[in-house]
Amino acid sequence: MKMNGAQLTIRLLERRGVDVIAGIPGGAILPIYDALSQSRQIRHVLARHEQGAGFIAQGIARVTGRPAVCMASSGPGVTNLLTSIADAKLDSIPLVAITGQVPRTMIGTDAFQEVDAYGLSIPITKHNFLVGSARELLRIIPRAFDIATRGRPGPVWIDIPKDVQTEIIDVEDAPVTEPAVSPPMLDDSALDLAAELINTAERPILYLGGGTINSAGGAATATALAERASLPTTMTLMALGALPLDHPLSLGMLGMHAARYTNLAMEACDLLIAVGARFDDRATGDARRFCPGARIVHIDIDPSELNKIKSAYVGITGDVAHTLAALLPRVKTQRRERWIERIATLKREFPLVMPAVDDPRSHYGLIRAVAECVDDSAIVTTDVGQHQMWVAQSYPLRRPRQWITSGGLGTMGFGMPAAIGAALAAPDRTVICFTGDGSLLMNIQELATAADHAANIKIVLMNNNSLGLVHQQQDLFYGKRIYASRYASRTDFLAIARGFGIGAVDLDTATDPKAVLRGALRARGPCLIHATIDVQEKVFPMVPPGAANREMIEGLL
Amino acid sequence: MNAGATPTPKTVLEITVNNHPGVLIHVCSLFSRRTYNLDGILCMPLGDGAESRIWLLVNEDRRLEQMEKQLLKLEDVRAVRRHGASHDVFLRLEEFFR
Repeated sequence: MKMNGAQLTIRLLERRGVDVIAGIPGGAILPIYDALSQSRQIRHVLARHEQGAGFIAQGIARVTGRPAVCMASSGPGVTNLLTSIADAKLDSIPLVAITGQVPRTMIGTDAFQEVDAYGLSIPITKHNFLVGSARELLRIIPRAFDIATRGRPGPVWIDIPKDVQTEIIDVEDAPVTEPAVSPPMLDDSALDLAAELINTAERPILYLGGGTINSAGGAATATALAERASLPTTMTLMALGALPLDHPLSLGMLGMHAARYTNLAMEACDLLIAVGARFDDRATGDARRFCPGARIVHIDIDPSELNKIKSAYVGITGDVAHTLAALLPRVKTQRRERWIERIATLKREFPLVMPAVDDPRSHYGLIRAVAECVDDSAIVTTDVGQHQMWVAQSYPLRRPRQWITSGGLGTMGFGMPAAIGAALAAPDRTVICFTGDGSLLMNIQELATAADHAANIKIVLMNNNSLGLVHQQQDLFYGKRIYASRYASRTDFLAIARGFGIGAVDLDTATDPKAVLRGALRARGPCLIHATIDVQEKVFPMVPPGAANREMIEGLL
Repeated sequence: MNAGATPTPKTVLEITVNNHPGVLIHVCSLFSRRTYNLDGILCMPLGDGAESRIWLLVNEDRRLEQMEKQLLKLEDVRAVRRHGASHDVFLRLEEFFR
């Protein structure tokens, strides 16, 4: 059977079960788009900026746990895509990015729209390919999907020169390759030692990271472990939802913007069981002074995470669900009443302080009012900044993959296109995107994509006409010299949304803001919900950058 | 590849990789992006050319264990071995660098 490289590419994507591709066409990828136009299986989502396409794909991947595909043309298509791929790398999200490249004979000549996609993508991908012939596609495309999902997930980039796309080859029907599933052998003696430490610890804490979400069944197994051994459990930003926020053992999020009781509990623990977490500086504060009295059991699928930041007393390389399932039968059922009581005291004395939480026009109040209008089936995405931290602190997340946020790279502009991807992958769910005015403006053009697909996204805009987290740091740590963090002009976001053909409501002027909010969240289709937030509001408590987690400022009763 | 004023202990890394045009930059950029200096780089294909061997001369740094783990995460790296600085490979080359 004769086909060209472009047709073969699409055929191989179909074989991997791809049903949505987000992207933008251009000269160097037109043969692939021509082949895509003939696919009955794959739906194309035309973004308005390649970064938006990458984040739409991320939304799909984060909701489904399966690799999602984005596409772009050469040159600026490639450079525009880089940010969303780097974001996927830092949060271990499986993506396959496919870009067109100038023809092989023109590579290296500074041809029109030529950029070194291979070189640019090396440090921000798990792996990358420059395809040398159409026949290589048979090996590279299935392998890209395997690499993206195997072990610690991540993005894989495939750069395909235009003449490879048009090269005709004779392929016997393209071979189907299944991902090889072989969980690594677990170290029995390490599991025994870990169980022994858990069984004998007086003040253990379970510390869950994003690997708990990435591992199929990871959150359920971690919950079973926590409940059996009575382990108070904290979650990183990436792991929120692994244990319901209202679970009796939940300590909520740790780190820079944790509730005081969480960081104080960590300060007091004698055993830290880190699971799929990487001791990120926003979680640990000054790592040398993080959990100073604790031995560490560290479980991660990526062996390079063990002993990277903190030395582990026991380090186990393995998938979270697989490893915890092997650990569970070795762990004794305990009630640990003294430690649980001490935690309860800390929670009473040092709770998360949420001023004006009953007022839907305040920051915490708006988040609570939104949560009261929807159930646990809703998906919550955020952008990056103060709103992100307020939502992370207070939204009652209760299941894995309910929560989609840019953690490692902290990319403003992530939330709204990621919400579009989530809505495409889960069309029956309501997708709420909490955002700020600074973040929303970074990918505002994707409102057009949301309108194209009538995506069921509700953009809750907390508008302080500022870069709020920068403003906060300048106010607190730079002598109140507020500089370049307040916008000179005020954008009319309601008019902007309507200009894109999207519904919009303003809570500022509503006589009954809760009723307006409820109506906007219940109607299907995209909607912008606007609320002004005072720029003086801060994310508290806060661990100053570089300080130990015990050195929190504000946030006291 | 600037030489430090005070000599630091060296290590020789022997890395077996799949042979293709991108593999050397994958390996070298792991070091450069961590401002980890490579004092010496040597790369030649092995046997039928399907694999290559890369020899690196690096400082004996506390980050070395992490670097070995990062190397092993690269898809094209097949094996990593650590040797002492007295390994022959760079010593025998010294005559070309006089």
